[in-house]
Amino acid sequence: MSVVEFRIDRRSGVATYLQIVQQVQQALRLGILVEGDRLPTAAQVAATTKVNPNTTLKAYRELEREGLVEPRPGLGTFVSRTLARPDSAADALLREELRSWMERAQREGLDREDVQALVNSVLQERYAQG
Amino acid sequence: MSEPNSWAVEARGLGKKYRRGWALEDCSFRLPAGHICALVGPNGAGKSTFLGTATRLVQPTTGSLKLFGVPVGDPAVLERFAFLAQDKPLYPRFTVAEILRLGRELNPRWDQALAERIVRSGNVPFTARIGTLSGGQRTRVAFALAFGKRPELLLLDEPMSDLDPLARHELSGLLMAEAAEHGTTVLMSSHMLSEMEDMCDYLVVLAEGRLRMAGQTEELVPAHMLVTGVAGGDSGVPDELLRQHTVVESRVTGRQFSALIRPGGPLSDSWEALVPSMEEVLLAYLRSPEAPVLITDEARIDSDATKEAAA
Repeated sequence: MSVVEFRIDRRSGVATYLQIVQQVQQALRLGILVEGDRLPTAAQVAATTKVNPNTTLKAYRELEREGLVEPRPGLGTFVSRTLARPDSAADALLREELRSWMERAQREGLDREDVQALVNSVLQERYAQG
Repeated sequence: MSEPNSWAVEARGLGKKYRRGWALEDCSFRLPAGHICALVGPNGAGKSTFLGTATRLVQPTTGSLKLFGVPVGDPAVLERFAFLAQDKPLYPRFTVAEILRLGRELNPRWDQALAERIVRSGNVPFTARIGTLSGGQRTRVAFALAFGKRPELLLLDEPMSDLDPLARHELSGLLMAEAAEHGTTVLMSSHMLSEMEDMCDYLVVLAEGRLRMAGQTEELVPAHMLVTGVAGGDSGVPDELLRQHTVVESRVTGRQFSALIRPGGPLSDSWEALVPSMEEVLLAYLRSPEAPVLITDEARIDSDATKEAAA
């Protein structure tokens, strides 16, 4: 039984190994994967998604370089660090504030793209791409 | 790096001439073990002839071919590979169990448990006659026979072409998982370019009997760029592209000029450049048989000079 299943979007233009890297990171952030979990083997990923086993191994090497997983010879690849923050109370509060902010934006007549553009521009300001 | 066994396939100047001409000509490349390789080309490009020489069904006119360092002329090569022909030839009157017994009796390294597991995971009854199975089930039994042999190299000719989408998905997954599990090198011919993109990490492209491209996909595909710009006056290729870059294929639509190129340096700002998919690169090469050949260093093999260097 594996803990996660990868979904490969063949039209996204994002390299397959990167999609696997990003999905593991996302699963770590959401708490779907936690420390000690075993990632599916390359053969398991291949069976469900047809992805070349070498591609999966490349993704796992990248995750290893980022210090998120570690291979244990003969056993598999294991999550060695969790990205989910324990402080979920603050999360809930922020989420509530964001929701009411979006309700206001909606009342002011902003559509989805306007809101997205606003959020993106502030995001750029605050979290400059390193 | 170059132990004799690290190359699953080594072709040197391989050629086959029939009465009507060369079906395969001066084909030299090597495939490192452990890859899943797509053999791509239009009908009549020489794919089946190549697979024929690898499986001892076709006697080459020129050159040599080695699988894991063993010349294909040596009967010892037989236990290194398994070959599954396009029509999946199995005895229709045999039951599934009998076909597996045939595999067991004929192959010294037979893995009965593995073959049975592959059959069982598709819920194919062991008592059913081959002739009564669906296309997907028959392909599964053929895969069981091929993997049961425990080959180091699996050669497949259009393995998924006659399957419905569901069976294709299921059996592609089976193929990739078993190959990963046993470290099998796979070389398969296919026309399904978009499906090959995820499954294969190595490419061998043939057109008109000649090798057009060989190497790892992650080296071959990013070596190309799709560029779009304003067409020059006389529907020809703009000078800038000809001077610095290799043009594989180009097209003029009204005032728009577009091309698939191998950049030989930085591109000027007048071009809009996109990264092509593997399918786009392959289609461009298949449409342009006169495009310059691209063989990566890893896949390159000199006809004779380096013969001893690898030994």
